[in-house]
Amino acid sequence: MAGGVPTRIDRQALRKSQRGTEESTFFKWLLITISLLFCAVFLLLPLINVFAQALLKGWQYCWDSLVHPDSWAAIKLTLLVAGISVPLNVVFGLVASWAITKFEFRGKSLLVTLIDLPFSVSPVVAGLLFVILFGLQGFFGEWLVEHDLKIIFAVPGIVLATVFITFPFVARELIPVMQATGTEQEQAALTLGANGWQTFWYVTLPSVKWGLIYGVILCNARAMGEFGAVSVVSGHITGQTDTMPLRVEKLYNEYNGPAAFAVASLLALLAVLTLVLKTILEWKAQREDKRAQRVNEPKSAA
Amino acid sequence: MSIELRNVTKQFGDVVAVNNVSFSVKDGELIGLLGPSGGGKTTVLRMIAGLEVPTAGEIFIRGQRVNDLSVQQRNIGFVFQHYALFKNMNVFKNIAFGLKIKKWKRADIEARVAELLKLFGLDGLEKRYPHQLSGGQRQRVAIARALAPKPSVLLLDEPFGAVDAKIRQELREWLVHLHTDLNVTTIFVTHDQEEAMEVSNRIVIFSRGYMEQIGPPREVYEQPLNEFVARFIGVMNVLELVVHNGVGQAGELAFPATGYVDGEKIRVGFRPFAVQISSELNEHPYQATLNHTFFLGVMLRVELELASGLILRARMTKEEYARRALYDGRKVSLNIRNYTILSQEHAPLAPELTVPDKFTMNLGEGI
Repeated sequence: MAGGVPTRIDRQALRKSQRGTEESTFFKWLLITISLLFCAVFLLLPLINVFAQALLKGWQYCWDSLVHPDSWAAIKLTLLVAGISVPLNVVFGLVASWAITKFEFRGKSLLVTLIDLPFSVSPVVAGLLFVILFGLQGFFGEWLVEHDLKIIFAVPGIVLATVFITFPFVARELIPVMQATGTEQEQAALTLGANGWQTFWYVTLPSVKWGLIYGVILCNARAMGEFGAVSVVSGHITGQTDTMPLRVEKLYNEYNGPAAFAVASLLALLAVLTLVLKTILEWKAQREDKRAQRVNEPKSAA
Repeated sequence: MSIELRNVTKQFGDVVAVNNVSFSVKDGELIGLLGPSGGGKTTVLRMIAGLEVPTAGEIFIRGQRVNDLSVQQRNIGFVFQHYALFKNMNVFKNIAFGLKIKKWKRADIEARVAELLKLFGLDGLEKRYPHQLSGGQRQRVAIARALAPKPSVLLLDEPFGAVDAKIRQELREWLVHLHTDLNVTTIFVTHDQEEAMEVSNRIVIFSRGYMEQIGPPREVYEQPLNEFVARFIGVMNVLELVVHNGVGQAGELAFPATGYVDGEKIRVGFRPFAVQISSELNEHPYQATLNHTFFLGVMLRVELELASGLILRARMTKEEYARRALYDGRKVSLNIRNYTILSQEHAPLAPELTVPDKFTMNLGEGI
């Protein structure tokens, strides 16, 4: 039975290897189940609940709560704040990521770290920072009073806090894209006579457009949803300095659940829309990336 | 003079990338800048273009000092190694870019692009995007784009580096024809000596920031100024010898070396052509075994192993190989007729020496 021994070993090895794959399959499904369950319980269920609560007293009530003058004012203020802070951060993001990827300078890594600061600092602290600067007892407080300027507990303060909180989004998206594109296309434009602005407009901007749009969407979502920093500087003046998240809190504290959820559902809808747009953009950008990669690989057929 | 460099130096921090380089290019010339990577040739090209600013020295284009002119003002066409085509623009827009920037009229742009598409065999591809083109097509679009605004100088950085060997040959020939047709002063960078020899009117050889030699391909090959050039252009056998009684010796090989003290080490170099081979074992003074034969088309290169283990490379025509009835493993006799005594890598090369008949005869009998 010369062949018997190896056969037995082979079978053992086979069983072992099978057990190995079984284990990993089991493990795989375990991890997938945990992740899905977690998402369902902690994310999907509350999201559905938001909409369910909003519609508890029917569509009409939901609509009426949204167009209630105070809620309507909050919606308008939120749009205004996002409308100012997003364009500002687009400009800042483009400038910062251009500087970081196209030039070599001292303090570059410091700049990169500083851009991340709003991510690492608590929003409440960010809000307090502006109160310390521009509040009545703040550094510029007296000067502001003298000139009859109001920043804290007014719209400018809310805009400032929002700009601060959202400024990493565009730059963070653009830096890796610009790094990957390199500077050769821009140099080519220069050799063809283009000036800096033409190079930026015709060459740089089109090549980073997906990253830019992606950054804008994330920036916008955060600008509309920011609570902590805005809460500190806003002063919660109903109908004047309440943004949507602040309005939700106020309605909820006034035991007006369905109205609170009606406004909250608008924010939630924004979140869902952001995710959908984000997914579409990622898919599109990936497709372009693949094409771009093919451009860099030489082909044999002339 | 189309382009002139006078004592141009470029430093990046402490690194001297280009060291006091001067040369000039005539109108309509096709010049190859050749050297190993890190030699400084691409930096020279980029300084001519205005993409780098020289640390010292002056650059002239058509008699005008261009040191203080920006890239845009120099009227040069630059082709990047990886072409750097605008990936968000189609072929037409890529080629038209420079014309649009220079505010040409729409009809003129269309006419010029159509002309270039035809000249470059790109007809019908104007709507394609770079990712839909083959490597060779991309390169032609890049050259067409650079030439569209009618530059006074065309600069190409490793133009054939990014395409594979088969089309590289076609592209070389195509570039030569294009240059003949357009007669625009052209400078290209390459690390491939064969490419430089084949395409250029003159070659400029760089190594570690120094310009080693400039001249027509044949002159550079036949009269290398120093050991670096001699070894970089073509194949060279190099041996280290120990001098004893005016004779330098390596294994059984001996070369006359008067004027050196006993025990001094010198190096000699000789081209594969200088090695004579015979299947008659007593025709030449040294005996060797033919190890390998490399087929190079019309020419053959053979690797010879001497009894002492020294390996030499020799070159001959197919006919000579056949006439001498050579094959791998065959015992042969050999002799070296011409050689050069080598000194430092970048020092000027000594004139070639010929081994006197008597010398080899005498030595040959001794071994």
